[in-house]
Amino acid sequence: MVKSVLSVSHQGLRDWVIQRLSAIIMAVYSIGLIGYILCHKGLSFAEWHSLFSQQWMKVATILFILSLMLHAWIGIWTIFTDYVKPFVLRSILNFFVLLMLIACFFWGVLILWSV
Amino acid sequence: MKQPRPKNLNLFTIHFPLPAIVSILHRISGAILFILIPFILLGLQFSLTDTGYETLGNWVDNVCVKFIIWLFLIPFIFHLVAGIRHLLSDIHIGDTLKMGRSMAVLTFIISALLVILAGVWLW
Repeated sequence: MVKSVLSVSHQGLRDWVIQRLSAIIMAVYSIGLIGYILCHKGLSFAEWHSLFSQQWMKVATILFILSLMLHAWIGIWTIFTDYVKPFVLRSILNFFVLLMLIACFFWGVLILWSV
Repeated sequence: MKQPRPKNLNLFTIHFPLPAIVSILHRISGAILFILIPFILLGLQFSLTDTGYETLGNWVDNVCVKFIIWLFLIPFIFHLVAGIRHLLSDIHIGDTLKMGRSMAVLTFIISALLVILAGVWLW
């Protein structure tokens, strides 16, 4: 009951699965993007810009950002649960982290939108 | 009655098992990466505008900036490598005690190699 504060209840198995799925998405995306950068020595603005203006790249990047936010939320929630014992303080910290992550998600979407 | 038993209270001769060190560093690097999220987004936003891309390019030419980028690549690389190790343990690859230790050592070696390579690539 108390755990469902901020209406974000943490169900162990669900968190476990989300953490792994998001990890795989981010690993594939990061390794792919690093590979792209390594293959294009002296990458020009036009190339970089056209990469991110493609529909599939935008979708992949938004998937990455979404994974990042979910992954970070579960990770930080776990850290706070382990180290921040006072309930009120932990709830406040969790609230701000959640706020920041949601804001960052929309920021990321807007960045891609403008490309 | 006192029984003589071996004691070792010298903290410099005992340490956490390696897999535990990998685990805590995975957590610490994750927390650092969390703090870096807004900066990465800022970088992405900059890099996708014409003038911003040029500005970023000029910045990266600076040795100090290069070093800072390289510094921030360390938690990224370590988190990625340790995360892959974690996923492998989930599917029971290297989850025995003996293999767990070797995998922990391997995590450090691969991370260190990648960090060095990243440095070489940056310069």
